Amino acid sequence: MLATLLIAVPLVAAVVLWVAPLPRDWTAGVASLAILSDVGLWAGGLRNFDWDDQALQYSASQPWIEDVGFSYSVGFHGFQWWLTGLTVIVGAAAIGYGAWVGRERPRGYYPLMLLLVGSLVGVFASQDLLLFYIFFEAMLIPIYVLVGVWGGPNRVRATVTFVIYTMAGSLLMLASVVALGISQGTFSLAALGTSDNDLVFLGFIAAFAVKAPLLPFHGWLRAAYTEAPIEVAALLSGVVSKAAVFGLIWIVLPHFPEPVDNWREVLLFLAAATLVYGSVLAFRQPDARGVIAYSSLGQMGLILLGVFAANDLGLDGAVLQSVNHGLVSAALFLLAGMIETRTGTGVLSELGGMAKGRPVLATLVMVAGMFALAVPGSANFAGEFAILSGVFFQGWGYAAVGAVAIVLGALYALRLISAILHEARGPRVTEDSNDLVGNEVSLVVPLIAILVVLSAWPALVSQHSFPGDAPAATVVGETS
Amino acid sequence: MLAAIATPKVDWLALSPALAPLAGAAFALLASVLVPARARRGVAALATIAGLGTAVGLGIAVYQRTDGPITLIAESMSRDKLGAAVQILLAAITIVVVLMSLGDERRDHVGEYYALVGVAAGGMIFFVTASNLMTMFLGLEWFSIALYILCALDTHRRSSLEAGLKYLIVGSFGSGVLLFGCALAYGASGELGYIAIRNAPAADDALFAGAMALIITGLAFKVSAAPFHMWTPDVYQGAPTSVTAFMSAATKVAALVVTLRVLVTVFPEQSELWTIAVAVLVVASLVVGNFGALVQTDVKRLLAYSSISHAGFALMAVAANSDLGTRALLFYLVPYAAGSVGALAVVAARERELGRPVTLSALEGLGWERPFHGVAMWTFVLGFAGFPLTGGFLGKLYVFLAIDKAGWWWLVVIGVLATALSLAYYLSVIRAMYMRDGTQARAGAVVAVGGSGRRDPGLDAAILVAMIVTIGSFFFAQPIVDVVRDAAGSLFF
Repeated sequence: MLATLLIAVPLVAAVVLWVAPLPRDWTAGVASLAILSDVGLWAGGLRNFDWDDQALQYSASQPWIEDVGFSYSVGFHGFQWWLTGLTVIVGAAAIGYGAWVGRERPRGYYPLMLLLVGSLVGVFASQDLLLFYIFFEAMLIPIYVLVGVWGGPNRVRATVTFVIYTMAGSLLMLASVVALGISQGTFSLAALGTSDNDLVFLGFIAAFAVKAPLLPFHGWLRAAYTEAPIEVAALLSGVVSKAAVFGLIWIVLPHFPEPVDNWREVLLFLAAATLVYGSVLAFRQPDARGVIAYSSLGQMGLILLGVFAANDLGLDGAVLQSVNHGLVSAALFLLAGMIETRTGTGVLSELGGMAKGRPVLATLVMVAGMFALAVPGSANFAGEFAILSGVFFQGWGYAAVGAVAIVLGALYALRLISAILHEARGPRVTEDSNDLVGNEVSLVVPLIAILVVLSAWPALVSQHSFPGDAPAATVVGETS
Repeated sequence: MLAAIATPKVDWLALSPALAPLAGAAFALLASVLVPARARRGVAALATIAGLGTAVGLGIAVYQRTDGPITLIAESMSRDKLGAAVQILLAAITIVVVLMSLGDERRDHVGEYYALVGVAAGGMIFFVTASNLMTMFLGLEWFSIALYILCALDTHRRSSLEAGLKYLIVGSFGSGVLLFGCALAYGASGELGYIAIRNAPAADDALFAGAMALIITGLAFKVSAAPFHMWTPDVYQGAPTSVTAFMSAATKVAALVVTLRVLVTVFPEQSELWTIAVAVLVVASLVVGNFGALVQTDVKRLLAYSSISHAGFALMAVAANSDLGTRALLFYLVPYAAGSVGALAVVAARERELGRPVTLSALEGLGWERPFHGVAMWTFVLGFAGFPLTGGFLGKLYVFLAIDKAGWWWLVVIGVLATALSLAYYLSVIRAMYMRDGTQARAGAVVAVGGSGRRDPGLDAAILVAMIVTIGSFFFAQPIVDVVRDAAGSLFF
């Protein structure tokens, strides 16, 4: 029941904002209220979540089209609960940011943001393959319009690229969904058995490799993250990419044990290549968004290394790192947005010296940057460590590459920090570029605070993701 | 002596859904003579809607009172749930089209317009229950002739006359081919009834196959499946927009259902042949429709090519040649018809506002100036593209399930690729509406754009209904699925 509520609250609020003739000034308030009540629902559910129970929590199931075995079936296992929490919290920060900068055309903007958050919660709560596909596709609509209408100057090109990549992937997945569903007569994830069909498997991989993205399917990433409104970029890199992680953990690993085994080397190689490539490019980017965008790419590579390792350690680490990275990249994107509104640019060579006289900004950028470079003791370090130990069982080479790439992570994160905060004062940084104000602080601090809590207690997520063995590992565990 | 002629028993209830729109049309014609000019439009439209509404009611009655399929009137008609369900759909589509055309800028021929729409609807309603090659052909000509006139009705526009003429010539050719096919089938089997032909002994194979090919070709003209589609873009563009909506929704529904019925009932033995033929039509339609639509700038032409590609998807369900395929076809047609009528209604609204043909650039800024029309258009094109949250998704999914189950997985792949390609032009509509400002559209505008437009409650009601069906057929799919399953039970595989 709670799962349905978590999905429905943003969606209903979106429809209300669209249809009801509310005064224009109310839209931001109603949207914030909706997303905050979603956060409240999630936090309330957190207390009563039974981590040892292997059954679905807060589930609901209702046949939709009985003919084809399609039902509305939602619920949570531990890791789904964490990804959902990430969604609502980052969603709240993003919507708050939109309200703070006062996005134009609010009656279009807020419903779309809520639609995006609602679809994402739906993705993470889905227990039915078709339902998952529906939510997975549904999020494309708000992203398309949000980027296309509220985005930067080259937004149309960015949206076209993004849509072509995404749809190519997800339509291939649709073909796979159809093939899998027809061959087994049901779409329920619990009832679906395994398949050893490589083509069907690759259809799913195509969709998730684009969404994550995995090298070489990352062509949409730079333009989309650059042109998107910054809070949408935060959602894209922080949460939307995790839909791929979820799909791989919950659909691909359990239902395609043989193909995963056959293709493991390829997938691990691509993930490792993504990690190195993203990290190297992040170091070379001229602007803050570029650094964060490519660092996200690198981090997704790392997370997917953990996923494709497909053992307990790797999967626990992947979930933990998904949460960590979601929070960090959202915080960084929002901070970059705040810097952009102050200086009118994100180009690093025109920034610099912002630490002086801006203690709050400096502290937040510094702390977020430290998490991004996974300083030992941070939650991100714990996540990376778990992933690398997991992937070590699949081949020490991948672990070695991952460890090297983490050094690259330190390079780009430190470069970002020093280019913004330290060095000589940049030409676009003037006396008018003031420190962060209360509202902005209240958007970023919760994200950082959660990271601090997770740093103290990473096992909160990593040990409470999969009751007993990781569900995927029970299928493919013998290879680890 | 007269009493000696044996007359077949006539099941008037089964015939009544086709007769009711005719009665409405008769009243509409009377109104165009007897009613003063200013009330003419309202009275004629009301009469037509009354006739069609009665047809919906009678269709429901027939649907509920029919168990298994029966043939009537010397095996010239069949009474079954399939026919009744499609009749209800056709009458409902026509009602929405009438609503949409209430505000048409048409000075003369007002009564005739509604009368012809009613007659055409009656013809289609008759057409889908035909179970005899002769009645089938009669039904086809009945609604086709009405449509030829409707296309050319706006005599002050050259493009309308051109559309009427083109449709007449190409359509007559198609009818001729169909008739020739019927003749060959008669020659081969000595029978005209669907079931009688199937049961006829020793139907000559070559002749019979030729008959089948010609019948498929003739019907493909009406379905506007490639390579028999060449009239579609010109006619859809030139015809009055409400007529285009009527043709792209109702004609296509009727023709597709009859195609399925004829192939499944008359030619079950030749299914290996015709499934391949239909698959060829599918591939051709998907290729032509999608590549053709990519380069269009006129929205009506774009929708015409999109309707060709949808003919391809719908025929995919026919090619499945199964119970699931029949269900898929019927389900697919519901959101498709709603989307077609709705999208063309939005085009009609813009057309009236600007006073010129609607190109993509004429849509610029529409989303912000007319939020309702913008959101509606958005819904329709996403429905066409088969996005979730619209019934189009379930329709497409159903079709893919059916064809995959029939073992033709490569058609699923082609369908998926076609869908990906279709996004390019569907999204260009959304892009035009929301992501550019309206400066270009305003530049050539005859009437002021930007203020509140002339209210047209009929048109808005039509758009609203189409939107409700498009979205409702996703969220409340089960009732439709139930009807569709019962209807599909009328055919035997």
